[in-house]
Amino acid sequence: MPLRTTKPKLAVWKFSSCDGCQLSLLDCEDELLAVAGAIEIANFPEASRAVVRGPYNVSLVEGSITTPEEAERIHKIRRNSRIVVAIGACATSGGLQALRNFQDVDELSRLVYAHPEYIESLNNSTPIGDHIFVDHELRGCPVDKAHLVEVLSAFLNGRKPNLPNHAVCVECKRAGVVCVMAAHGTPCLGPVTQAGCDALCPRYNRGCFGCFGPRENPNTAHLATWYLDQCGQTPEEVIRLFRGINANADPFRRESLRHES
Amino acid sequence: MFILEPDGFEKILDSLREKGYRITGPKLRDGAIVLDTIDSAASLPRGVRDHQGPGRYRLEETGDDSWFSYTLGSDSWKKLFFHPIKPLFKTTRDGGLLQIEPEPPREGLKALIGVRPCELQALAIQDKVLAEGEFVDRHYVASRKGTFIVAVNCTVPGGTCFCVSMGTGPVADRGYDISLTELGSNGATRFVARAGSPHGEELLAAASSGKAGESDLQLEAELLEAAAGNMGRSLDVEGLAAALAESGDHPRWEEVAERCQACTNCTMACPTCYCHTVEDSTDLTGSVADRTRVWDSCFTADHSYLHGGSVRETRGARYRQWLTHKLSSWHDQFGGSGCTGCGRCITWCPVGIDITEEAQAVRGTARG
Repeated sequence: MPLRTTKPKLAVWKFSSCDGCQLSLLDCEDELLAVAGAIEIANFPEASRAVVRGPYNVSLVEGSITTPEEAERIHKIRRNSRIVVAIGACATSGGLQALRNFQDVDELSRLVYAHPEYIESLNNSTPIGDHIFVDHELRGCPVDKAHLVEVLSAFLNGRKPNLPNHAVCVECKRAGVVCVMAAHGTPCLGPVTQAGCDALCPRYNRGCFGCFGPRENPNTAHLATWYLDQCGQTPEEVIRLFRGINANADPFRRESLRHES
Repeated sequence: MFILEPDGFEKILDSLREKGYRITGPKLRDGAIVLDTIDSAASLPRGVRDHQGPGRYRLEETGDDSWFSYTLGSDSWKKLFFHPIKPLFKTTRDGGLLQIEPEPPREGLKALIGVRPCELQALAIQDKVLAEGEFVDRHYVASRKGTFIVAVNCTVPGGTCFCVSMGTGPVADRGYDISLTELGSNGATRFVARAGSPHGEELLAAASSGKAGESDLQLEAELLEAAAGNMGRSLDVEGLAAALAESGDHPRWEEVAERCQACTNCTMACPTCYCHTVEDSTDLTGSVADRTRVWDSCFTADHSYLHGGSVRETRGARYRQWLTHKLSSWHDQFGGSGCTGCGRCITWCPVGIDITEEAQAVRGTARG
C-alpha cells in the first residue's frame, strides 16, 4: 500500500437486508463527526447519493447473498476493497431471510408473487463469508454501533479490534444480571451466543434469542437437551429457538435440524 | 456474647451510616437474592427461603418473618473489591508526548451486612491472592481496606451448600466484626451476636439488649448443629488434591465436555475466581487510549490464547483446568483450597454440572 496521504475511503454496501445495520452507522450521532473527520465516506446509500470511485480502504457490507446478481457483485467489492467487514446477522449468517433455506423457494415464490416468473432468486440465503474472504465480522441484528466505531477506530489506529467471541453469560455476570435460566427456568440462548449486546434481553428478564449468532465452541446439543428436560420445551419450541435471526449459522442450523422428526 | 433485637440491628446500621460507611446487603431482585446498597434493615428481604439445585434457583415465601432463611444468590462480595469492569489508566497524546493518567483507587468505607461463613473464607482467599502475594492489586487493597463485616451464621443451608466439607461453615469463626445467629421469628426474632473486633464490640455494647443467656446459647448450638447436618452436598476432600493432580487424561473430562457449555457462569459466580483480562481501546483520532480490566474466565478461548492459538481449545480442557485449579493446584499455589463450598457453581451452571459429582467421579476411578 502507498503511504497514506489522503483520508482513507470507507464504502458501505447493501445486499439483501433491511438497512438497519447501515442506520446503526448513522445512529453513531456523537461519533459521526469524528468518523467523517477521520475517513472519507465514499459510498453510503443511506446517507448520501454521492459515490466516490474505488478502490476503498474499508468496505462495510450489509445483507446476505440471495440473487445471482448479488453473487456477482460481491466479488467486485472484494476486488476494490482492502478490508471487508461483514456487518450484521444477514451478512454474517444469512439473516432472517435464510429461513427459506429450510423450505422450497419455488413453492414460496408461487405463494407470494402473482408472477413468480419475474423472480430470480437463489435457493439459499448465504452470508458474505460464503462467497468472498471477509476480514472481520460484526454480529448482531442490528450491529452494535459501538462495535462499528471500534472496528473503524482499530483500523485507523492499526490495531486489532476488541470483539468478544465468548458467551453472552459473561456480560450478564459482569453486569450482575440474575440468570433467567437458573432463576426463572426461561430458555435462553445466552450460553451459546456470542457476546456484544451487553446482555440486552436478560437485563429485561427475557431469554437471549441469539441475535449475535453462535459463539466460539458452542454446545448447542446439551443446551437443547436441558431446554427439553428442565425448561419444559417441546422439540418444536427448540426448533424455533435455534431457527431465528441466525437460523443459517452452522451450529444453530444443525441443532434445529436435529429436532425435526 | 450479646443478644441483639431487631431495633438493635437497626441501631448498628444507623451508627455505621453516621460514620460514613456505605452499606451493602442482600436485596430481592428479579426472583433472586442480590447484593446491593441498603438503606435500612427494613429493606432486607424477610420471610423468603431459596431452593437450590443443579442449574436451578427458586425463592419461596416461608410464611414467617424470618430474616435470613435464604442463603446465597449468584452475586458475591468480590464484585465490591475486584470490580467486574475496572478502568486502569487513560493515555492522551499531547503533541509528541504521551500523558498517562492512572485511575485513582476507589476508597471509601464499606459495611457488608449478611456475609455468610463461606463468604468470609472467600474474602480471605481473595485477600491472599490479590493483596498479600508478590503482586498486589492496589485497587483491591484500596477498596477492601477498613471494610466492616456483619456475618450471619447459617441455620438454613441451601441445596447446593457443602461448606462443612470444605471446613468453612456453617459457623463464622474469624474475619468478621460482628457475627449473628438468628433465633426465633414471628415477633420473637433476636440474634446471638459476637464481636470479632474492637469496633464490633463497641457497636454491640451500645446496641445490644444484654448478654446472651444459657438457653439462647443452647438454642443457637442446636440450630447450628442441625444446619451442619443438613448440607445439600458433600465433598470428600481427603486426598482429593493429589488424586486430581494425577487425573490429566481421565475420560471423565471428555464426558463432562459433552455437557459443559464453557459459558463461564461457574467462574463468574465463584467468589474466589480472580481471572481477568485487559482491553485497550482508542478513539478514532488516536489521541486517547484507555486500558480497562474486566472479569475473564478460564472457559473462554481468548483467555489461554498465546501466539498461534488457544492452549485450551476444548471444553473438556477448560473444565479440567478450572476444577483441578480450584481443588488441587490452588493448594500448591496459595496453600489451601480455592473452593469454599458455597455451591454457586452448581446452582448457576445453566446445565447443572455439579463440581462435587465431577470431582468424585474423577477421583473415584482415578488411575495409578
